[in-house]
Amino acid sequence: MLTPIISVMVLGLIFGLILGYAAKVFAVQGDALVAEIIEMMPGTNCGQCSFPGCSGAASAIVKGEAAVDCCPGGGRMLAEAIAARLGVSLEAASEDSGPKIAVVSESICIGCAKCFKACPTDAVIGASKQIHAVLKDACTGCGSCTNECPTGAISLEPIPVTLRDWNWEKPALAA
Amino acid sequence: MGIRELLTGVGWGVHPHDDHKRPAADVPLRVMPTPAKLCIPLLQHVGAPAKPLVAVGDRVLRGQLIAAAQGNVSAPVHAPTSGRVAAIGEVTAPHPSGLPFAAITIETDGLDESVSFKTVEDPFSLTPDEISQRIAEAGIVGLGGATFPSAPKAQLGRKHSVHTLIINGGECEPYLSSDDSIMRERADDVIDGVRILMHAVGASKAKVGIEDNKPEAIAAMRKAAQDFAQIEICPVPARYPMGSDRQLVQVLTGKEVPSGARTATIGLLVNNVSTCAAIHHAVRHGEPLYRRIVTVNGGAVAQPGNVLAPIGVLVEDLLAFAGLKSEPARLVMGGPMMGVALPHAQVPTVKGCGGILALTAEEITVVPPSPCIRCGSCVKACPMGLVPLELSAQIHAGDYDTADAMGLDDCLACGCCAYVCPSQMPLVQTFSHAKGEIWRRAQQKKRSEFTKQLAQARQERLEREARERVEAAARRKAQRAAQQAAAAAADNNTPSEGAGA
Repeated sequence: MLTPIISVMVLGLIFGLILGYAAKVFAVQGDALVAEIIEMMPGTNCGQCSFPGCSGAASAIVKGEAAVDCCPGGGRMLAEAIAARLGVSLEAASEDSGPKIAVVSESICIGCAKCFKACPTDAVIGASKQIHAVLKDACTGCGSCTNECPTGAISLEPIPVTLRDWNWEKPALAA
Repeated sequence: MGIRELLTGVGWGVHPHDDHKRPAADVPLRVMPTPAKLCIPLLQHVGAPAKPLVAVGDRVLRGQLIAAAQGNVSAPVHAPTSGRVAAIGEVTAPHPSGLPFAAITIETDGLDESVSFKTVEDPFSLTPDEISQRIAEAGIVGLGGATFPSAPKAQLGRKHSVHTLIINGGECEPYLSSDDSIMRERADDVIDGVRILMHAVGASKAKVGIEDNKPEAIAAMRKAAQDFAQIEICPVPARYPMGSDRQLVQVLTGKEVPSGARTATIGLLVNNVSTCAAIHHAVRHGEPLYRRIVTVNGGAVAQPGNVLAPIGVLVEDLLAFAGLKSEPARLVMGGPMMGVALPHAQVPTVKGCGGILALTAEEITVVPPSPCIRCGSCVKACPMGLVPLELSAQIHAGDYDTADAMGLDDCLACGCCAYVCPSQMPLVQTFSHAKGEIWRRAQQKKRSEFTKQLAQARQERLEREARERVEAAARRKAQRAAQQAAAAAADNNTPSEGAGA
């Protein structure tokens, strides 16, 4: 009678000690999930999601305070990746209009140099009183620059489709 | 294993009941007169587009270099006849999207004046590098349709010490007979090209695989190759897609090319018969690739047959030459299985174009798809050993990663699965879509890594600038303090100095 009680108690004590030790040694600083989401984000801290930078948005998404598709720079693909990681479904309503990039309308640009100071990836180039231009490969389409432009010369446009990146439509199946 | 596999040793693929190759294949080769306008695209190959060397208004001669190769994997472009450069700009590409691409438009003058070509008496006295150089300068690319530049391919073969050349005379696509035509009419050129290529690659033998539905071509090639023991003409069963390099290699050598690897890694190099003929012209006669044999075929064509046409001729001019007996319901560049449906006829031909089909409505009957009945016909037909029905199901469920893991990348887009599907499912389009989507995601990932770096660099720069500003302010402050201290010391010292003096 006494043997099982004692042995179970001893086992419990040992496991308790191991668990207590592991909790101290292998403790995770911060939320691992948030870190994982931060890694997926564009990392440009553009602020277009209205959260303080990409890390702020990541923790808000994990807490459920922000939608998984709140990042304009990441677009549909990031939203899908985050949704898959968190195991939530993307609402069909949030249809993506496709990736966009900033385009400077040369006839209205006054060369005020405000937009390129706002760009988180230095994608807008130019100087004071010179017409600015956008480096296509560096632009994430976050839209930070469009808020700064006093004349509305910079706007987000869909990336033009070329032969290289054109793709077949997914064919419809039998109804 | 079915009876067919027991008899022929080939279990995969399909065999269309009527391959529609004749009567076009039996009509003697015709030479197309120079059209009034030619549009020569700058990207007719795998790799970087060629860079134009001429300006609008320049006079060009036949065989003149008009655009130079850019980078290692690229090919130059030459003028097919003499004339004046009318435009350098965009024309509709032979692509299902109907998007434009860059081309040089030449208004021909009908004089057909040529530059002088540098001929070589004995190509076997040249070093392999010199031959590769001549092949590269002639702008030769794989004419079977893959359009990989031939010079880097030969160099790759030498690097991998390829021992056997596999010469592809399969031409398995229905309707097409341009390779058949070149083997029948120019067999000596083909065999000479094979020998030159063997010398360039360092291969000791060559096997020419020709489908057994081309007895005339087999006979002509055997005759041309009879003096060369190292070249073997091998009839292979007519089975689509025999013209695919992996399938031809498997039938001719019994070896299987590993997934994702090139044939060179197992000591083989595959080249098309038309490419070999072009190599003969380039190395022996110094003649660049500016024309090729194009099959003009289909129910709507009045006089179907093979036509020696300049590269860059508009499809409408080619069809006008062959004549149309009815309004075509669909225009296709290439064969009916893997060809490209053209948006309209104002599209130029390219180096890789072996045929133009003008098909009637009866030839392209489209049946709406019905649900998959899991009969497994596609599994049996797939020459790459894939499971098309499962791939399709994964893709339609949006799981591209699983489709990729199931070997989507090995898919040739040959169309056998869709051809045999009793439910008429659009399998090839599904796979093409998925491949494009996977590519796009990979590009997007690269891009986001790049922008992340940029953002980080900017952050560091801003921090550095802020730090430098603070340091500069501190320096100025210290300087000012030092100046003030010095001034104060001077003030204090002056009277005492004066007192001392």
